Amino acid sequence: MSQFVAEVTDANWESEVLGSDRPVLVDFWAAWCGPCRMLAPTVESIAEKFQGQAKVVKINVDENIESPAKYGIRGIPTLILFNRGQEVDRHVGVPSNALAAISQMIERQLA
Amino acid sequence: MQADYDVIIIGGGPTGLAAAVYTGRSLLKTLVLEKQLGPGGQVALTAAIDNYPGFADGISGGDFADAFLKHARRFGAEVRFEAGATGIEREDDGAFAVGLSDGSKVTAKAVILAMGRHPRKLEVEGYDRLFGYGGVSVCATCDGAFYRNVPVAVVGGGNSAVEEGQFLTRYASDIYSIHRRDHFTAQKILIEEYLHQPKVKPVWNSVVEEIYGDKEVEGVRVRNLQSDKAEELAVKAVFVFIGWIPNSEMVKEMVDLDEQGRVIVNELMETKVPGLFAAGDLCVRPIYQLANVVADGVQAAVSVEKYLESRK
Repeated sequence: MSQFVAEVTDANWESEVLGSDRPVLVDFWAAWCGPCRMLAPTVESIAEKFQGQAKVVKINVDENIESPAKYGIRGIPTLILFNRGQEVDRHVGVPSNALAAISQMIERQLA
Repeated sequence: MQADYDVIIIGGGPTGLAAAVYTGRSLLKTLVLEKQLGPGGQVALTAAIDNYPGFADGISGGDFADAFLKHARRFGAEVRFEAGATGIEREDDGAFAVGLSDGSKVTAKAVILAMGRHPRKLEVEGYDRLFGYGGVSVCATCDGAFYRNVPVAVVGGGNSAVEEGQFLTRYASDIYSIHRRDHFTAQKILIEEYLHQPKVKPVWNSVVEEIYGDKEVEGVRVRNLQSDKAEELAVKAVFVFIGWIPNSEMVKEMVDLDEQGRVIVNELMETKVPGLFAAGDLCVRPIYQLANVVADGVQAAVSVEKYLESRK
């Protein structure tokens, strides 16, 4: 289903997220989370839109405990944007005007 | 009467989408407005639906919502997301103009109100401060997984409280289930499963007086209504399911509401305004189950069809 959004895990977090030379948007999600499911097609569109400029990945919080805990995730969906290994932006919940709001998050880093 | 659509359905939950299946099949030009990013409304937040007849193995709220969306679209309904209605007016010729959150307007010959309802707040110190990501929540499936092996509190005793409490048994170490009565009012099968869980510790005849914690929940003070004694429970999260508030604010000047703000309709789902129908959780209903609010949507759609027929 996700053509443009790769799944990351605690095991490859370091290399896939922190080690990336492009900005990385991480979608913290779980299968039973309704709002996560609503947001997923928008995240997919974002990934397609910023192909080659920014990376978009998702991490399942049910299967991965360490990374969500490290970043103090308390509810999902949470989107965190990383740039050169540092958290630079975060949105908790489904943003209003989701496509525009998330695009702006990434564009600020690319500017 | 000139209008953009034959019918506008406000709300893309099961009621609104069921109505759209029927208006679509009646070849009425149909627009569904949903304020959220996806379909389903409250049901989209449900981990599992086990009581919708015909789905013997249960179905997730998300799959259920997607199936309704697909069905409505199959018969031609246009469904817009992130499109909340901000106001509604009846024009001189009997058509309706519906204002949208982006400032635009759409018109229709008839409207079905299916805005549903939202969870009631607990009016105590700490609720607003800690709501969302401080540990006060109205959605166990959104936030429950972050409270692994720690004690949590559930407030309420109806179906929602018991179902969501049951979901939390996957994660939490202890679930203090606080209810102001001496028994839960949920369906019996749900109560039985729930109380059978060793993690669940009912706190009967009690109300929450305060939620402690600066940035994160550190505990709650509960008072026993019979003994008048207060005790503190050191929980890390508080999940609140104490009832619902109908989303009727937008139409309160137009239609009749009961004392709880629910829209009053007759058995044809008519409000007192000709051409304006209402259905589902928004309305005064004998029960609030998926099966009957879906049926409401169907009735409203058929009533719209007859109404438009009569005005030709």
